[in-house]
Amino acid sequence: MSTRYFGKSVRRNEDPRLLTGRALFVDDLQLPGMLHLAFLRSDFAHARIHSIDYSEALGLPGVVAAFDAAALGEYWKPGPLLVPPPPVEGAVFSARTQVPLARGKVRHQGEPIVVVVAESRYLAEDALDSIIVEMESLPAAVDLEEALAPGAPLIHEDLDSNLAAHVTQRKGDFDSAAKNADLVVGRRFLYDRGASAAIENRGIVAHWDERAQHLTVWDTTQAPIPIRNGLAGLLGLSESQVRVIAPFIGGGFGPKIMMFYPEEVVAPWIAMRLKRPVKWIEDRQENFFATTQERGQVHDSELAVTREGQILGVKDVFLHDNGAYNPYGLTVPINSQCTLLGPYRVPHYHSEFRAVFTNKTIVTPVRGAGRQHGVFVMERLLDLAARELGLDRAEIRRRNLLRPDEFPHNHQIIFQDFAPLTYDSGNYEPCLDKALEMIDYHRFVSQEQPQLRSQGKCVGVGVVCYVEGTGIGPYEGARVTVEPDGGVSLATGVGTQGQGHFTVFAQIVAEALGVEVHKVRVVTGDTGAFHWGTGTFASRGAVVAGSACHAAVLEVRRKILRLASGILEVSEEDLELADGAVRVKGVPGSALGLGELALKANPLRGAVAPGTEPGLEATAYFGPSSGSTANGVHAMIVEVDAETLMVKIQRYVVVHDCGRVINPLILEGQIEGGVAHGIGNAFYEQLIYDGEGQLLNGSFMDYLLPTSTDVPRIESGHLETPSPLNPLGVKGAGEAGAIPVGALFAQALEDALSPEGVEILEIPLSPNRLFELLEEARSR
Amino acid sequence: MDLEAKRHRISITVNGIGFDAEVEARLLLSDFLRHQLGLTGTHVGCEHGVCGACTVLLEGQAVRSCLLFAVQVDGLRLTTVEGLASGEGSESLHPLQKAFWDCHGLQCGFCTPGILLTLLPYLEENPTPSEGQLREVLSGNLCRCTGYQKVVDAALAASRTLSGAEGSELEGPSGGSETVA
Repeated sequence: MSTRYFGKSVRRNEDPRLLTGRALFVDDLQLPGMLHLAFLRSDFAHARIHSIDYSEALGLPGVVAAFDAAALGEYWKPGPLLVPPPPVEGAVFSARTQVPLARGKVRHQGEPIVVVVAESRYLAEDALDSIIVEMESLPAAVDLEEALAPGAPLIHEDLDSNLAAHVTQRKGDFDSAAKNADLVVGRRFLYDRGASAAIENRGIVAHWDERAQHLTVWDTTQAPIPIRNGLAGLLGLSESQVRVIAPFIGGGFGPKIMMFYPEEVVAPWIAMRLKRPVKWIEDRQENFFATTQERGQVHDSELAVTREGQILGVKDVFLHDNGAYNPYGLTVPINSQCTLLGPYRVPHYHSEFRAVFTNKTIVTPVRGAGRQHGVFVMERLLDLAARELGLDRAEIRRRNLLRPDEFPHNHQIIFQDFAPLTYDSGNYEPCLDKALEMIDYHRFVSQEQPQLRSQGKCVGVGVVCYVEGTGIGPYEGARVTVEPDGGVSLATGVGTQGQGHFTVFAQIVAEALGVEVHKVRVVTGDTGAFHWGTGTFASRGAVVAGSACHAAVLEVRRKILRLASGILEVSEEDLELADGAVRVKGVPGSALGLGELALKANPLRGAVAPGTEPGLEATAYFGPSSGSTANGVHAMIVEVDAETLMVKIQRYVVVHDCGRVINPLILEGQIEGGVAHGIGNAFYEQLIYDGEGQLLNGSFMDYLLPTSTDVPRIESGHLETPSPLNPLGVKGAGEAGAIPVGALFAQALEDALSPEGVEILEIPLSPNRLFELLEEARSR
Repeated sequence: MDLEAKRHRISITVNGIGFDAEVEARLLLSDFLRHQLGLTGTHVGCEHGVCGACTVLLEGQAVRSCLLFAVQVDGLRLTTVEGLASGEGSESLHPLQKAFWDCHGLQCGFCTPGILLTLLPYLEENPTPSEGQLREVLSGNLCRCTGYQKVVDAALAASRTLSGAEGSELEGPSGGSETVA
């Protein structure tokens, strides 16, 4: 059967609802008798709590209740460790997870201390002003190295230091490789924090139905099923008594998979206790303190190469900023460690990190999840080596790319899914060639750049490579049902935050059943509709849930053919599915509508034959043995204003390979959005903390997201190297766009400013920071 | 403090329908629209006037409903995203909405209502804008998902339709013609 829907730029099923304001977001819920929560949060980053008095608040108009840690009683306990430490020999790991409301001390600014419940959010916030908390400010641990130094303020006083983890992974013997190298280059690299900044803040609505003994929770989460399972355990309910719905979510980008946020634990408990629905919606200011963040790392790194630029080994020793708690384990630094190797052959690798507790907001994955840092370090080291060896930047990369005959490629270290880091498939050199061709690299370097420079213009080009481990397990599931009206319903557990799941999953189903895409009604993220699975993270929706949809629809297809074969009295091989019907090949008049067939499969009289099931429905699961590895090359040409140091991106090219493409239009959107996020990370966005752990730029006035005038038109090219690890041949694409942008900015800006001899070893940058770096270079 | 004493009567017209309501002086227009009138298509992203998600039309002009109090719009006419389409079905989408659908001009869709209502009066006054002009107009609306490219494509496509340059049918991006609805 020819492809009709898979691989086509079908426009999205979900859009009419979103475009007309009819899509349900969490804050749109209005339930009778609903109460509203507001949280009193710590102004200090590190302080001891001596006393809490909210008695006055309880007497204010509209206030129904208030709770602090003590008032939560036995319900109060630290949150779960979501990801245990990986099975790496000698790994040290101390889990200290976040608490529902601060007890005894606060460990980061914005940590909640008291929750007020009132008839409206306005009244709840009014009441916060009357709460008196006596606190003793403590010195804060903010800088990573200082936090580990002897005598640093202890964040978790039951530990000897602020060290949260120490993990070393090795392959080969870097030290001997370095001895045999023609060149070893080394530097210190910095990558600082940014916000995920989904335009929708977090929120939760909880409704306890006393008569049905059933809890319904609407949550801006990327992982509704684990939230359901966890809440049931916390609240002493069975899992079937709890339904968690992640309706339309206004952007996820990672932090919405954190669990449990304090508000997520507290709101359902209050709803059950007061027997009234409650709502909490985070405001933007809270989001800057209370929603998790990412990207603080300091790397000391070395690269050993031959004279020809062949990589002999890499040594990377880094510090990773956990923030105040570490519920997400080591996922982020393990990703940094693994992604550093990139698309290259690296025979010897020594990677060692220390994760550090600091008095800052908790760190969990944000789009890219540690991969940015690894790519930044490796790409910068290659640039440094190329310069020392007099090699072209593209050429040193080409010489080290893995060849197609080297797959699957086992890097002999452990990845975030605890499986050995193994690349399933790839064809890297054509990606590099295509990117160089699209941006016309050689002509730019040999002709345009010298010409423009002679006119006094600071122009530069960058080209960087990356891989992204995507689509990890454990598993997802899907249920496909042909409805009597001829439509098809599809339920899967993953939540959706704008990735187009209502369409790409529908395309997979439509392709197998020969129905139109808009006839497939997709439900995602509602445990009432499907309650097995994990969530939307690690660029895994299309790979894992998509493959589950595929498996389920193939089973439905088999059922359709079996039933129709009996009714039409022909063999199954002589049947085809098209136009919403099953028919004898070449006999259009024989068509039996799928709706009609669904009715026949669910008879009101007569028996359903033994060994068969009623209906045209199937549920299936997919769990990949390991992740599939996508890859790409980004290239850009920038011009820097010599006076203001503002940067103008003249051209931006992405060549990407994520296996087979389900919907090119949606894929382009994912890449473009990722690049924009990356541009923000690289040049506009930085969360700036002072020495007391106070965030200095916690508003959209001061924390700059890139706008439509900052993000250029992105030219994209695709290659398709199918993954052998799933039947669709797909790889993930959600995070890729954001991953290499910091490395690309650094290289292109360094090139543009190369007459000044400036070296860029840090991200994020800004015009101000570029100015400082230039001043330093000029004074040397 | 007697909160009841602070309530004010207002009469406003939203999407052609008249409403009489009692509001506190401090009630934000965004909260009034969303929670008192149930028009939840207007979204709130920052409540300090930067992100633009809450943009609505006040007497035909784009304004940020998080920077206005409900009492300030007494006697005035508003349009929200719910007022754009001419009916319920996808065939009755406003050409601007249809352009966003055709061009994949939205992902999570949270910022989209504000973007639509920013563009609508602009395109009425400037029927044939350049890409650069559209990027300037859109620079007050933050979107974290799309990277703006397909938002700009959608705005350009809508301008072609609305100015009559390409008849009534909008053209999707290349490769986007396999539409199924």
